[in-house]
Amino acid sequence: MRIAQRLGLAVGAGLVVAALWAGAVSTATAQNSQPDLSKVTPGEALPVKDVSFSFQGMFGVYNTAAVQRGFQVYKEVCSACHSMNLVAFSDLGQRGGPDFTPAQVKAIAASYKVPAGPNNMGQTTDSNGQPLMRPAIPADHFPPPFANEEAARFANNGALPPDMSLLAKALDDGPARIYSIVTGFNLNPPPGFKVAPGKFFNPYFPGWNISMPPPLTDGSVTYTDGTKATLDQEAHDVATFLMWCAEPKLDQRKRIGLEVMIFLVVLSGLLYASYRRVWRDMH
Amino acid sequence: MAGHSDYTPSNGFTRWLDTRLPILRFAHDTMITFPTPRNLNFWYAFGAILTFCLMMQIITGIVLAMHYVPSDTMAFDSVEKIMRDVNYGWLMRYLHANGASMFFLAVYVHIFRGLYYGSYKAPREVLWILGVIIYLLMMATAFLGYVLPWGQMSFWGATVITNLFSSIDQIVPHAGTAITTWLWGGYAVGGPTLNRFFSLHYLLPFVILGVVGLHVWALHVPGNNNPLGIDVKGPQDTVPFHPYYTVKDAFYISLFALLFAYLVFFKPNFVANPDNYFPANPLQTPPHIVPEWYLLPFYAMLRAVPQKLMGVMVLFGAIVTLALIPWLDTSRVRSLRFRPMLRPFFWVLVANCVLLGYLGSKEPQAVWIIGGAHIELLWVARVATLYYYGFFWLILPIVGLIEHPLPLPDSISKTVLGGDAGVAAAE
Repeated sequence: MRIAQRLGLAVGAGLVVAALWAGAVSTATAQNSQPDLSKVTPGEALPVKDVSFSFQGMFGVYNTAAVQRGFQVYKEVCSACHSMNLVAFSDLGQRGGPDFTPAQVKAIAASYKVPAGPNNMGQTTDSNGQPLMRPAIPADHFPPPFANEEAARFANNGALPPDMSLLAKALDDGPARIYSIVTGFNLNPPPGFKVAPGKFFNPYFPGWNISMPPPLTDGSVTYTDGTKATLDQEAHDVATFLMWCAEPKLDQRKRIGLEVMIFLVVLSGLLYASYRRVWRDMH
Repeated sequence: MAGHSDYTPSNGFTRWLDTRLPILRFAHDTMITFPTPRNLNFWYAFGAILTFCLMMQIITGIVLAMHYVPSDTMAFDSVEKIMRDVNYGWLMRYLHANGASMFFLAVYVHIFRGLYYGSYKAPREVLWILGVIIYLLMMATAFLGYVLPWGQMSFWGATVITNLFSSIDQIVPHAGTAITTWLWGGYAVGGPTLNRFFSLHYLLPFVILGVVGLHVWALHVPGNNNPLGIDVKGPQDTVPFHPYYTVKDAFYISLFALLFAYLVFFKPNFVANPDNYFPANPLQTPPHIVPEWYLLPFYAMLRAVPQKLMGVMVLFGAIVTLALIPWLDTSRVRSLRFRPMLRPFFWVLVANCVLLGYLGSKEPQAVWIIGGAHIELLWVARVATLYYYGFFWLILPIVGLIEHPLPLPDSISKTVLGGDAGVAAAE
C-alpha cells in the first residue's frame, strides 16, 4: 500500500518536474561554429545547429512577426519551386499564427492566380489551350508552382522539390533541420568528397549532395517590418513559418493542454483525498 | 457472477425488471459488492486503466472515422483535413494516435504485473489466455490503424508485415504468395489493401471489447489474485469493489490521464515517426523502416534470425509462448515475493524486453563500440531472443522445481493488519 502511494506520488512529481523543465526552455541565440567535417562519416547528415524557436517548450507559441516574415520569404523565394498544397489563404488570418487582417488575407489571395471555373461559354481554356485563370480568394489553397511532378522535375534538373505543408514535421527536428540546411551551404567539402554534378554541397542534408541551390543569402528579401534581412534571420523566419504550416493548431493545443493539465492535477488531488478517506480505517 | 447476490431492488420498476432481465443485479454484483482482496497495490490499477484506454480509442476512433476517407488517393489529405479543418480534429487524432501508445504502455505493465504475481496460475489459466488473445488483437488493430494515414511508414510498414506471410512459400510453394495477394487485394499494397484494413480496423476493437468481456467474466469466477499470491480465505480478506477500488482506480486513472494529456498536448509527435508525414510513395523506400515502439521487441526477434520463415516462426512463437506460461511454470507459489530464485531472472526478462525494443529501433547492421571492441547488434539481438525463450522454456520450469520458496503468510488480512509482522517485513 505505502509503496503504491509513493509510486503514485513519484509519477505525479515526475510529471510536474518534466513540465517545468519543458516550460523553462528559453530562447537562446543560435551558434554557428564551423563543424569539422574530417571527423564525420562522409554523407552522414550533421546534427542540427543549436537554434531555438519561440514555439518550443510548454508555453511556447508562434511569434506572429516571425511567422509573417517567414511567409514573406516563402512567398518571394521558396514558392518558386515548393508547393504548399494543404494551406489555404484564409489560414493566414489565423490568430496565434500569421494573424493577417481579413483585408490583408484578401489582398494576398488576390495576388495569386488560380484556374477559373468554366466561363459563360462553358470553356475552361482560352483559344491557345491555356487554362483560364482568376485571382484567388481566401477559400483557395496556395496554387502549386508546377502543373505536376513531371513538370517540377523537368524544371529542376530531375529533382522534385517537396511540398512544404508538412515539411517541418516530416523531418526529424524539422524547424532546426530546415534552418541548418538553409544556412549550411557556405561550407567546403572535405578533401576526397566529390560533389555530384549539378548538385550542391550541404553536410546537413543526408548524403551531403542536395539538388536545391542555396536559396537564401543576406538581403534575399526586404522585410516590410524593417527587420534586417540577414541569411540567419531569413532562415529562422522561414523555419518558423513552415512549422506553423505543419502544425497550425499548436497555439490552441497548448492553451487547452494547460487547462486540461490543471484540471487533472486538481482532480487527482481530490481523488487522492477521497481515496485516503475511504481507505482510512482499512490498514 | 459467482456466489450469492445481496442485491435488493429499491423500487417497483427495478423489482419488475429484476425478475425479467436481472441486469441491475448483475451490475451490482460485479461492480459494487464484488469481494476484492484488500491488499491490491498500484500495479492492479492497470485493468481499470486499460478499460479507460479501450473506451478512449473507440470513442475517438468513431469520430475520426466520420471524417476519414479510406482511399489511397485521399486518405493522407483527409487526415490532414482532420488536423486542420475539423473542429478539434487535431485533438481527436492526437488522442487516438498517442492513445495507442498509452494503451500498449498500460498493457505491458499489466502483463508484467501478471507475471510477477503469478496471476496466470490455476485457477486463472483461461483468464490469462484470454489476455494473450486481447494482446494479439491489440497488435493487429494497432498495425492496421497505423496503415490508415497512408504516409511513407504506413505504406512500407504494411508492405513489410504482410510480406511475412510470403515466407510460407518455403513450406508450400506459392501458398504464401497467394495469401499475400489475397491480403492485399492485388499484387502490391495499394488502394484495396487500405480499404480492407480500414474495415478491419473498425471491426477488431469491438472484437477486443467482446474478449475483454470474457476476460472480466473469467476474472470474476475465481476473483482477483493479489500481491501475496495466496487465496482469499474469508470475508476478512476482502473489501467490496465499490467504493474501495472504484476510488483507488479512479485516482490512478487520473494520474495516467495526466501523463497521457502531457503527451497529447505538449509532445504529440514524440512517439511518431516523422517519415509518416510524407505521403505514401510506392516508388521510394524509406532508408529505415521501423514499426511503432510497442512492436519493436518482436521486430528485433524477427531480424535476429537469418532465415525468413524461421524468423516469422520465432516472432509468432514468442506470443504463443505467452499463452503456454500457465503450464511452463512448475512452482506452486504464485507471487515472486516468495520466490527469491526466480525474481532476478524476472527482472532480467524485463530488461531484456526493453533491450529488444531498443535493438528493434536500430539499423540491422549497427555496432556498439565498447572499449574498442566492436559488438554487432545483430548478435546482441540473438542473445536477447534466446534469453526470452530461455526464460519461459527453461528457467521457468526448472527454477520452479529446484527453488525453496519463502514461507507463505497465513492470510491476507493478517499481513495487511500487521498480525503477521515477520512476513510483512520480508516484502
